Amino acid sequence: MKKWKEAEKIIFTSEKDMPTMPMSLGSQLHNKTGAWRNIRPEIDLARCIQCGICWKFCPDVSIYIENEFPAVDLDYCKGCGICAEECPTKCIIMVEEVK
Amino acid sequence: MKKVIMGNHSLSYGAMLGRAQVIAAYPITPQTQVVELLSEMCADRTLDAKFIKVESEHSAMAACLGASLAGARTFTATSAQGLALMHELLHWASGGRMPVVMGNINRAMAPGWSIWSDQNDSLSERDTGWLQFYCSSNQEVLDTVIQAFKVSETLLIPSMVVLDAFSLSHTYEVVDIPGQAAVDEFLPAFKPPFRLNPRDPRAFGGLTSPEHYFELRYKLQKDMEKAPSVIERTGREFERLFGRNLGLVDDYLCEDAELVFITSGTAGYTARVAVDQLRREGVKAGNLRIKVFRPFPFQKVREIAGKAGKLAVVDRNISYGHHGIFYQEVKSALCNEEPKPPLFGFIAGLGGRDITTESFKDIAAYTLSKPKPEEEIVWIGVKL
Repeated sequence: MKKWKEAEKIIFTSEKDMPTMPMSLGSQLHNKTGAWRNIRPEIDLARCIQCGICWKFCPDVSIYIENEFPAVDLDYCKGCGICAEECPTKCIIMVEEVK
Repeated sequence: MKKVIMGNHSLSYGAMLGRAQVIAAYPITPQTQVVELLSEMCADRTLDAKFIKVESEHSAMAACLGASLAGARTFTATSAQGLALMHELLHWASGGRMPVVMGNINRAMAPGWSIWSDQNDSLSERDTGWLQFYCSSNQEVLDTVIQAFKVSETLLIPSMVVLDAFSLSHTYEVVDIPGQAAVDEFLPAFKPPFRLNPRDPRAFGGLTSPEHYFELRYKLQKDMEKAPSVIERTGREFERLFGRNLGLVDDYLCEDAELVFITSGTAGYTARVAVDQLRREGVKAGNLRIKVFRPFPFQKVREIAGKAGKLAVVDRNISYGHHGIFYQEVKSALCNEEPKPPLFGFIAGLGGRDITTESFKDIAAYTLSKPKPEEEIVWIGVKL
């Protein structure tokens, strides 16, 4: 199940009030980095052994577990292919994005 | 409690008393004992900290940055090639406003391979946005680490505490090690304004457009400009509890001096001894030891220079094709000042060659015998 907690948006009218640390001023919910992707993972759940390796290895936390099986959050998946590379049964394949 | 300890262990005790929570480091001569002792303290729980073993100095600093962003007080130590390998992440620490405190043992850069002292390693990181403190005794090392945590966390700017290889790192001196309760009173827990926090999820150090990058850098410089007063205030708070003050410079008999040495590190202590000897010989010498190099103590240098007859800057470092680095800095501090005393620049002690009281007497003899320097750089003791 996805449980997102949204960050409070930092609003400033003058740069004087801008935080000194370089940081996101609002939630990453609005910065959908999945738009960068040109290949996407597809999971053949029939061959999935529910080991959780794809979930653990995803560097963008874009694999979540739904009804005990992995699913891909395409809003944030950048298509790096680590899940497909690491999957022990090779039930994840990377397919070309076509729009 | 007074103990006889080496300079490296002064750094370790400083980190321990400052209650560093995360320490990540990679060993390099002459820094090794700093983290050896800290790892023992972590193992026997004298220090409640996470010690992260890493495969390089680049990774050591990366681990420190993650920990600092998570809100942990963070310490590391390195030297020479190790510091150079960290270079990219030094910009991350200051640009990201992460108040890491690092010990750096001044060791000459290879090649030729050297483990002995000079300042080119730390001074090559001059423009990375770190505070830099140069120490000349083991007591000063310990006191500086504890104060550096407070100064860094106040300003959100990282600190480098610098000491010479061997002449301080491996030299044993009596050090007054303060009690934990008193240090706790001086140094409250680290509370960053923002940190990695799942309940307020944010990304740090991400893409920053030209709309905001410029202002972030302006703010870093403005906070650097505040640093001298923050360091002095912190020094006064420290003095109230422990009787010792860090200060920006160590001004020794400069008031009436016809010749003022400008020095740093252990050479600055040798210079004091040379000043005493020269005074006995009738030469009115003084010594201005620069303790805080970044931010540069412009005001202090101008005050002393305004009263001095001649200035002799002694650099254990060199910017090839230019001059000694402290010499450049002093020159730039004085360029719009009047009166401007004659400024002499000396290079000494590269690669761990000793800088002795005799070296200072040679420097004094040259400076006093000439109205202004006859060479851009005067080399002390070069066999050529």
